[in-house]
Amino acid sequence: MTATEPQLDGTEIKWKPTRDGYGDALVEMGALDERIVVLGADLSDSTRALWFWKKYPERFFEFGIAEQNMLNAAAGLSLAGKIPWVSTYGVFVAGRAWDQIRTTTCYSKLNVKIAGAHGGISVGPDGATHQALEDVATMRVLPNMVVIVPCDYYETKKAVIWACKYVGPVYVRFGREPVPMVTGPEDPFEMGKANLVHDGKDLTIINNGPILYECMKAVQALKAKGISARLLNMHTVKPIDREAIAAAARETGAIVTVEEHQVQAGFGSAVAEVVVQTHAVPMRFIGIQDRFGESGNPDELFKEFGLTAADIVRAAEQVLEAKSRS
Amino acid sequence: MVDQEKIAELEQIARRVRCDIIYALVHAQSGHPGGSLSATDFSVALYFHTLKHLAHTCTWEGRDRVIFSKGHVTPLIFSLLAEAGYLEREELKTFRKYGSRLQGHPNLECPGIEVGTGSLGQGLSIGVGLALGLRLDGKPNRVYCIMGDGENQEGSTWEAIMSAGHFKLDNLCVVLDNNGLQIDGWVEDVMGLQPLADKWRSFRWNVIEIDGHNMAECVQAFDRAALAKGQPTVILAKTVKGKGVSFMENRAEWHGKAPKPDEARQALQELACPAEYFDF
Repeated sequence: MTATEPQLDGTEIKWKPTRDGYGDALVEMGALDERIVVLGADLSDSTRALWFWKKYPERFFEFGIAEQNMLNAAAGLSLAGKIPWVSTYGVFVAGRAWDQIRTTTCYSKLNVKIAGAHGGISVGPDGATHQALEDVATMRVLPNMVVIVPCDYYETKKAVIWACKYVGPVYVRFGREPVPMVTGPEDPFEMGKANLVHDGKDLTIINNGPILYECMKAVQALKAKGISARLLNMHTVKPIDREAIAAAARETGAIVTVEEHQVQAGFGSAVAEVVVQTHAVPMRFIGIQDRFGESGNPDELFKEFGLTAADIVRAAEQVLEAKSRS
Repeated sequence: MVDQEKIAELEQIARRVRCDIIYALVHAQSGHPGGSLSATDFSVALYFHTLKHLAHTCTWEGRDRVIFSKGHVTPLIFSLLAEAGYLEREELKTFRKYGSRLQGHPNLECPGIEVGTGSLGQGLSIGVGLALGLRLDGKPNRVYCIMGDGENQEGSTWEAIMSAGHFKLDNLCVVLDNNGLQIDGWVEDVMGLQPLADKWRSFRWNVIEIDGHNMAECVQAFDRAALAKGQPTVILAKTVKGKGVSFMENRAEWHGKAPKPDEARQALQELACPAEYFDF
């Protein structure tokens, strides 16, 4: 992906990885709250935890390549009154250390913050082993857990700052690659509340995470075809914004969900759980369709796995057809 | 030197705690007697000699922290908490029943429990984090973690052992209930761990080996552990699974099975428990 690209309205848009938002938020909050500590598992540069480590070395704990121990050590630090942030790749935390998160952190509702880096297929060349595509599912199934997938740098920063102030377990997922900074520092961030990016009446596209820019391009392409699409950016997977989903179903009658994650049990499934219980309407799911990822650059992989604006447009047209038949 | 009178008093407490263990189990008709009875003596030494705690202010900042990594020994844990005044003894009758604070494995509903446990191989890692956090604040509180020997088979346990040695956590003390048995049989047959003391030592721990049923040795071990500098201590307590009840001793099948009423009566008699324990 390129470093800059003309924005849809013609102005220049800057790109930055969401993980940078994590690194900057930690440094900022570290100065404000001495209780914040950070734990790393040999990936501190890559997760941006290193930025905190350099600034507050006494409050950083290196645990080596031992994620299960790190997760429960974070639980222990929270019991000592600290606000621990655990930093490693999504696969190694939401997969490998899942029992620790479930039975220690979530069961006792401990104040542990989990940063799952390298979420999604956009991780690119490292391939399937390092592309977290199941983490949202394994985290959202846990009672007491909050799951947030921010869409860009500023949203990540706001999510991390929010999580520092909230008491309880939080999973924040971010990506490796630079993505367009579509939100600004002053835009609202309310945990559990979707943001309306664009209003429309024919269908609603509900986005989760840094793939938002593809959704924005899809909305423009649909507009050119005379289709009016609502676009919601839903950063919080759990607790999900039931109200916004039910209103979208009721008012537009068709929904396409978009995520960089397995569609089974992921964000789209979370939306569907609300749709079928409030106002059942046709849905389509953009995301990884029950496959492992592979090596490649993010652009190639988005095409291969059907995550581009063109794929979203196609799904929108399909769901509209289903809507017209229903 | 340990005061002989204090030792005799602790031994009396241990006897009462064993009575409570059988009492809770016979009322629940399920649960874990074997490891509860093996871990009783050193746990009594910990709670009633070593530990700084206030039963009526269980969130007191100055308290030492206890984590039962072997969370299945709730008959022991709740009996200790009852003896220490966190619970009424009467409440033991609700153990493992619907609506009770006394769950099959401990959780935060019960006063005196620091964290829910039960999935083996997790407790020591929590202890490592607690010890790091307390040390960061310069606090003198100590962290105690009670482990079973079987859970030394969990890989995550060795991650925790490695990190505690690495971080030189001398405010952390493990008691390893080395009763040599686990559900499927003798630990050495299931998945051999020996030489266990050497393993811990090689991970930079101070190792104290004791007879886990000798109260004076238990008390002295905790005193010595508190003096260790620059490394964590593991008290390797050689114990007998089911200790104190003849038909349970060294029998793996009593890991997770409650005594039937007639068996419980025999157990209570062997432990010379007072009459009020026989109300079932």
